[in-house]
Amino acid sequence: MNPIQKFFDKIEPLFEKGGKYEKYYTLYEGHRTILFRPKLVTSKKGVQVRDANDLKRTMFTVVIAMIPCLLFGIWNIGHQHFLAIGETATFIQKIGIGAIQAIPIVIVSYAIGLGTEFAVCVIRNHPVNEGFLVTGMLIALIMPPSIPLWQVALATIFAVIIAKEVFGGTGMNVLNVALTARAFLYFAYPTDISGEVWTYLGDATAVDGYSGATALAVAYDTALNGTGTVLESFSGFWAEGMYSFKNMFLGAIPGSIGETSTLMVLIGAAILIATGVGSWKIIFSVFAGAWLMGLGFNAVGVNAFMDMPAHYHLVIGGLAFGAVFMATDPVSAAHTETGKWIYGFLIGILTVIIRVVNPAYPEGIMLAILLMNVFAPLIDHYVVESNKNRRLKRATV
Amino acid sequence: MSHTIKLKKGFDINLAGKAENKISNAPKPETFAIKPTDFPAITRPKLLVEEGDTVKAGTPLIYDKMAPDVLYCSPVSGEVAEIKRGEKRKLLELRILADKENDFEDFGKHSKSDLKSLDAGKVKETMLKSGVWPNIIQRPYGIVANPEDAPKAIFISAFDTHPLAPDYNFIYREEAEAFSVGLEVIKKLTEGKVHINISEDKEMLKMFSQAEGVQINKFSGKHPSGNVGVQIHHIDPINKGDIAWTVKPYGVIQIGKLFLSGKYDASKKVALAGSEVSEPQYYQTFVGASIKNIVKDNISGDHVRYISGNPLTGERIDADGYIGYYDEQITVVPEGDFEELLGWIKPTTSKLSFHRAIGLLSFLNKKKEYVLDTNTNGEERAFVLTGEFEKVLPMDILPNYLFKAIMAEDYDEMEALGIFELIEEDVALCEFIDVSKHELQAILRKGINLMING
Repeated sequence: MNPIQKFFDKIEPLFEKGGKYEKYYTLYEGHRTILFRPKLVTSKKGVQVRDANDLKRTMFTVVIAMIPCLLFGIWNIGHQHFLAIGETATFIQKIGIGAIQAIPIVIVSYAIGLGTEFAVCVIRNHPVNEGFLVTGMLIALIMPPSIPLWQVALATIFAVIIAKEVFGGTGMNVLNVALTARAFLYFAYPTDISGEVWTYLGDATAVDGYSGATALAVAYDTALNGTGTVLESFSGFWAEGMYSFKNMFLGAIPGSIGETSTLMVLIGAAILIATGVGSWKIIFSVFAGAWLMGLGFNAVGVNAFMDMPAHYHLVIGGLAFGAVFMATDPVSAAHTETGKWIYGFLIGILTVIIRVVNPAYPEGIMLAILLMNVFAPLIDHYVVESNKNRRLKRATV
Repeated sequence: MSHTIKLKKGFDINLAGKAENKISNAPKPETFAIKPTDFPAITRPKLLVEEGDTVKAGTPLIYDKMAPDVLYCSPVSGEVAEIKRGEKRKLLELRILADKENDFEDFGKHSKSDLKSLDAGKVKETMLKSGVWPNIIQRPYGIVANPEDAPKAIFISAFDTHPLAPDYNFIYREEAEAFSVGLEVIKKLTEGKVHINISEDKEMLKMFSQAEGVQINKFSGKHPSGNVGVQIHHIDPINKGDIAWTVKPYGVIQIGKLFLSGKYDASKKVALAGSEVSEPQYYQTFVGASIKNIVKDNISGDHVRYISGNPLTGERIDADGYIGYYDEQITVVPEGDFEELLGWIKPTTSKLSFHRAIGLLSFLNKKKEYVLDTNTNGEERAFVLTGEFEKVLPMDILPNYLFKAIMAEDYDEMEALGIFELIEEDVALCEFIDVSKHELQAILRKGINLMING
């Protein structure tokens, strides 16, 4: 027998009923089952053998799909940093600066989130759930690189408790947990999560002419000032070529840690779709909805932002990241297959509407997804009703 | 008159240890058992015999107080050896110590010509008292049929797509006469059609594919295309207020033999299959037989589970346990009661999965025969994934919503979402692939019981 198993067996009595730490049994079990697949067997009646997949592996697949975004994000923090202060730097230097900024955010998000989960599990005597494996990484990836760590901690606690645990834990939540964390910060500490926060400067001063504005802000301001087209403003940005379509697709632009690179997001999407873990229907329909809405605005064309070519909407801001990793959260998305098409499509449409029309929120994907999270059960309701009606109709014919 | 229905959804669980097409005669089992728990409808079983009574094959042993016309009879002649009860004196098993030679009750022989003159009432009377009636299953609910009902149709699935299932084309190849006589009897039980559903994916016995006076329906596709409930959904679905009956080919044959010979013939061929069987093959035995003599010298593993039935819908029994009334297969698989270091994330080609989540590589090798143990491969969780159950249930039903309606005990929702169309075997694949490891068959049965009693 493995020595770790021996150790677990030795301490097990402490956590069992009547043991010194019986309250913490769920933690004991949680740790043991992360190390070992448990020895549970199927019941007397019913399936006698079971599929090799479980929720842990499914969730872990999503984490793997996010790794390219994280790695690119770490490099990009350094890249933006040195660009802004006007220094040339090596690949290693960029990674170094990026890692110093990003890794603590990931660690805080996981440590605080898991700590909160454990506490709730102990209080409510639930088994420890693997849902936070994904949420922890998501929260980190949608934070600006300059975010204070205490805000990450606060947002995580808020999201885990208010968005998830009060509804009954993993599988029961209405809203996407990571987006709730982000929305919390957006409304509680707006100055730390909007404006010039997307590039990490540290103590250094930026070069002359520097602007930390995101592509969305540039596009919005162009429309507001009524001077020229969005594409002219993009090409006139202080850092040359920053907001070219190609560069925005590749992702060397300011933004949240993991959201900037459409390419890395698409690699993640490929993993999710190939493994069947993420719904391609949602991913596809978010992009389709956003693009069609962009075309719609092109047709209306009353200001420069509306005239921006529709395909630019797909690479700027967090649309791609949200479509692939947030909208596909199976719990808060629509549950029916027909519903997923409608749900995704409306997210895409709403995102672009919020971006272009609403003056208060430069990015629309967060609110679009949260709003559709709320409406997903309504969409499902009509899909389920039509299923019931087919059955009813069959009976009366 | 036939049309083909192609089913795209489903999943074939390809397991090692398929029964070879040969029939072995193990020594006749000494004991037999009839288990009221094999019949989900029996709520208040009453005994008709006592310990020590001698019985013949066809002597009634028990009946249900709620449906007293249906008699459950002894499969062999012998002596009532033991009446086993559980908690609250619940009747679990009635054991028969068998005679060497079988002695039969006589229910009256019929020639094929005088069979034609029998009416439905007379036919039912003979079936009810002789022990063959429980072969007739009612939809909705999957319970023994009520002889008073007039079913809108009767359905027979002539193939079984469950993992390691017996090949009906092999075990029934010499039963054409009994089958056709049985079919004549069955036809008398309904004003509607009798359907025989055959597989397009393999050569079927002529007694199935060329049966007369019935509607032949062809199905192709993966499991569960052989499930009669799935077939009914595509031919003539069960709506509220409908009653249809189903019979397995074994039941038709047994009924045919009853009318031909006047005897309750409980002899049956069962497959002994599974990765832990040294020589997987068929055995000639009887309904309710002890598996002791069958498995005795033919098991290779040392820590195994014996299953009466198939690995999806079967029931764990002891090494000297008894075959379930409806089962035609004994499956032996390894027990999986051990921990595995990082088993939840290790890449694997040796474990089967319907999914393709990271490290699950079985989808790359569809032809491989897998050895699966009884480990659940994970703990029970809340429902998280959506859209997966639909992929293995080829019916216009939303399983997630139905299961949640059952859990909430919402009768209207259960009905509206199609509980009348399902029994356990239809959702067994959903249970197999469920990453949240729910016991969906048990949940469905709970819902069905609510509908029956509600």
